[in-house]
Amino acid sequence: MSFMQIKDLKVHYPIRGGFFNTVVDNVYAVDGISMEFEKGKAYGLVGESGCGKSTTGKSIIGLEKISAGSIIYEGENVTNKRRDRASAYNRDIQMIFQDSHSSLNPRKRVQDILAEPIRNFLKLTPQEESRRINELLAIVGMPEDARLKYPHEFSGGQKQRLGIARAIATNPKLIIADEPVSALDLSVQAQVLNFMKDIQDEYGLSYLFISHDLGVVKHMCDYISIMYKGRFVESGTKKDIYDNPQHIYTKRLLSAIPDVTPNGREDRKLERIEVERNYQAEHKQYFDENGRVYDLSPISDTHFVAATSSALKGGN
Amino acid sequence: MWKTVVRRFLIMIPQLFVLSLLIFIMAKNMPGDPFTGKITPETDPARIEELRELNGLNDPWYEQYARWVGNAFQGEFGNSYTYKVKVSTLIGERAMNTFWLSLLTAVMLYAIAVPLGVLAGRFHNSWFDRGVVLYSFISYAIPTFVLALILLYFFGYKLQWFPTTGSVDVREVPGSAGYYISKIYHMILPAFTSAVLGTVAIIQYLRTEVVDAKSMDYVRTARAKGVPANKVYSKHIFRNSLLPVAAFIGFTITGLLGGSIFIETIFAYPGMGQLFISSIASRDYSVITALVMLYGFLALLGSLLSDIIMSIVDPRIRIE
Amino acid sequence: MKTSEELLVIKDLHTGFRIKDTYFDAVDGVSLTLRKNEILAIVGESGCGKSTLATSIIGLHDHNKTRVQGEILFKNKNLAKLGEDEFNDVRGIDIGMIFQDPLSALNPLMRIGEQIEEGLIYHTKLTKEQRVNRVFELLTQVGIPNPQRVARQFPHQLSGGMRQRVIIAIAISCKPQIIIADEPTTALDVTIQAQILDLLKDLQAETGSGIILITHDLGVVAEVADRVAVMYAGQIIEEAPVEELFNNPKHPYTRSLFNSIPQMNSDGKKLNVIEGIVPSLLKLPRQGCRFSPRISWIPESAHEKDPVLHEVAPNHFVRCTCYKEFYFKGEEGGRA
Repeated sequence: MSFMQIKDLKVHYPIRGGFFNTVVDNVYAVDGISMEFEKGKAYGLVGESGCGKSTTGKSIIGLEKISAGSIIYEGENVTNKRRDRASAYNRDIQMIFQDSHSSLNPRKRVQDILAEPIRNFLKLTPQEESRRINELLAIVGMPEDARLKYPHEFSGGQKQRLGIARAIATNPKLIIADEPVSALDLSVQAQVLNFMKDIQDEYGLSYLFISHDLGVVKHMCDYISIMYKGRFVESGTKKDIYDNPQHIYTKRLLSAIPDVTPNGREDRKLERIEVERNYQAEHKQYFDENGRVYDLSPISDTHFVAATSSALKGGN
Repeated sequence: MWKTVVRRFLIMIPQLFVLSLLIFIMAKNMPGDPFTGKITPETDPARIEELRELNGLNDPWYEQYARWVGNAFQGEFGNSYTYKVKVSTLIGERAMNTFWLSLLTAVMLYAIAVPLGVLAGRFHNSWFDRGVVLYSFISYAIPTFVLALILLYFFGYKLQWFPTTGSVDVREVPGSAGYYISKIYHMILPAFTSAVLGTVAIIQYLRTEVVDAKSMDYVRTARAKGVPANKVYSKHIFRNSLLPVAAFIGFTITGLLGGSIFIETIFAYPGMGQLFISSIASRDYSVITALVMLYGFLALLGSLLSDIIMSIVDPRIRIE
Repeated sequence: MKTSEELLVIKDLHTGFRIKDTYFDAVDGVSLTLRKNEILAIVGESGCGKSTLATSIIGLHDHNKTRVQGEILFKNKNLAKLGEDEFNDVRGIDIGMIFQDPLSALNPLMRIGEQIEEGLIYHTKLTKEQRVNRVFELLTQVGIPNPQRVARQFPHQLSGGMRQRVIIAIAISCKPQIIIADEPTTALDVTIQAQILDLLKDLQAETGSGIILITHDLGVVAEVADRVAVMYAGQIIEEAPVEELFNNPKHPYTRSLFNSIPQMNSDGKKLNVIEGIVPSLLKLPRQGCRFSPRISWIPESAHEKDPVLHEVAPNHFVRCTCYKEFYFKGEEGGRA
């Protein structure tokens, strides 16, 4: 059973203009998406820059104002309560950022950075707090003397692990990870991903993994949603998306990912050209006259595609 | 773009209204009134009271304010209590002097600051750069009146190269060539003093901009194209570094118009600044309020001017 | 594999940065050959010296703080000996460069047309009108529709993919024989990346130039490269034709990298993690096998004292002998 539901979430930014600076239009950054989160599962949100995936993450945690829709957390509507410091929601949903360097206060020691969420949400004695900090450092595989250091004394991968330590300090249920490894080198990225998997298994964490890197998402996630212009074009299990992509945009995205083998690359190029041609030709079946993505309709218990029924019949 | 300009002008109306109210209330709360200075042991208190009544100084403040604003709309700021002439005439005369002084100051300011800033940035860490930094420190640390007095003493009294007071030689016939030459001659020393003191900000800003621009990616692209070093500087680095400085001209000019108070007083130059100081001393309300209003208006105008210049020189900013 | 004449020959190149009066070599003894008609990829993680190698070839380093030793032979000239001004006869004409971030690499205050035209002004005798026509031609060549309009636009008015096409147009404006592409698609979305890589490959085939592709992305390498050199700690540790390298990697570092890519074993299995961290420039091990501290379970005796490149298969070179005894930690002492 899911512990959290997002229903028809919208984030709109007004565009002002005209003589009196009135609202003349809106940017539909997130335009009606719905999700459910189950314990211990990882959800991937994939799309190209500007598709609204980061805005979605930020609006869930309360860094962006939600224009419409609702977030139900354990049966309670928390859409407008996200500013409450002591709320269970704020404690249980945490975030990891892409740029771990700028998301750690450079003037604070590691112990103060880690203590902040603990003080905000947990009532611990100073001894307990100190023990918890050591515990957190142990979880992310860092020595205890790291607590007296400043963020700049760590490497990129270590800083990202500190960011994770901060996020898990309050024993959250869901961690929103916005491009957590895109700034890291391959070998460091592997380390952070392994580690995120470990703590997921150990603590039954759920992830919302936001990334443009389909390889990383495939590795980490159980369910994947492909996002385009603020809406989901396709949503399903990892298998649904990678083995049986239905939406033309998903196909286009998948065909663009470089394969890590030079074998057959000429064929892949031809396939890319073919998909691109289909993308132009079948555009009408997947986007309405305003270029807006259709609503999702189910094609199996887990697999949802945004397209007209004719396109779906043609695809099957 | 004209739409934005018109809108900005409309926004200025409430801003000026608030400003005028503040000015009026503060002026009224200053101790004394225009007649305080004229009181002698022989003055009859009844006579003073009569004068106050006659000039409407005993009316409720809002009536006085309404009268003042109403007149101000017609460009009429009343009569100066001290000089017994219309405020508009009085300020008009002085304003032209200040305007020309500010213009000369601005020309000198940029003529000194731009080459120094640009060259210091280009030859970063060279002896020249260090010299410029030293110059900046000294001119930053030195108070206006000290520099003014040093220059006045040296060039005015010792060498007698420049006149030390006034705005024109009274013997010259207004309108003749000699008259204008004399005017410029009188402006040089105060303008130079004011310019030197203003250079620090521009030099330091430009120097940093140039040093930063040198490590920009687009400069590397230009080098990768095989563009000769001199052209890289002139077409890419200097042009881009001068942009924020150019946009600041609006602020600089209005800043100079208002900031000439000390310089004009020290050099006994009959401009608005000097008038301002003397009218404060004599509690000449009508002049003070008119001048502060004018300064406020200029400040608003300056920021508008800067925004317009910015939108012209930087293609990334487009005012609709 | 296409074999043809040698364009650029690098011999024992050392590029060092001065830090407090001592030079530290970021490129530490690199020898490489670029041939006509090929895309040579140089792969490595941040700090391995791949970008420094690129800037040394085209002379974009800070000449006051950098020491370049060794030989970069191009048309009987040793580029390593050239100063900043002398490089202007090479840059843009013979060697073009494509940069990583197309927004910051373009001057925000200059029109696109002017920026492409600039190289033509200094390197060709074309008249103004001819230059303008050449700009339109170049924009069309890199796949930009409506070149007349785009030439009048400013960089911020274009999308990321369009800007990268403009950067490519600048690089090829004077028909250089060598193009250096430094992470040309890192800042782009995957669909745009695919388009740009296809464009690069097409241009290369059209012009017969040699391309040096600097990247950290093995997927990109697999898609376009003909030959690959893997760098670690300032040295080339493995070099081979692309199929050979991907199908038969030898060096422990190359193999470790492949095993840490999430895409290949994507069932959520553990990814391979390389022990320790990439050494910083100041702490670079200068003796023995530079990768040995990161594969501590491999016995000392497996390494060479002074590792050199060995040809293990035709055109496949591997540094040090440790590859023979390498196995992944946790695996039974199996051999490569």
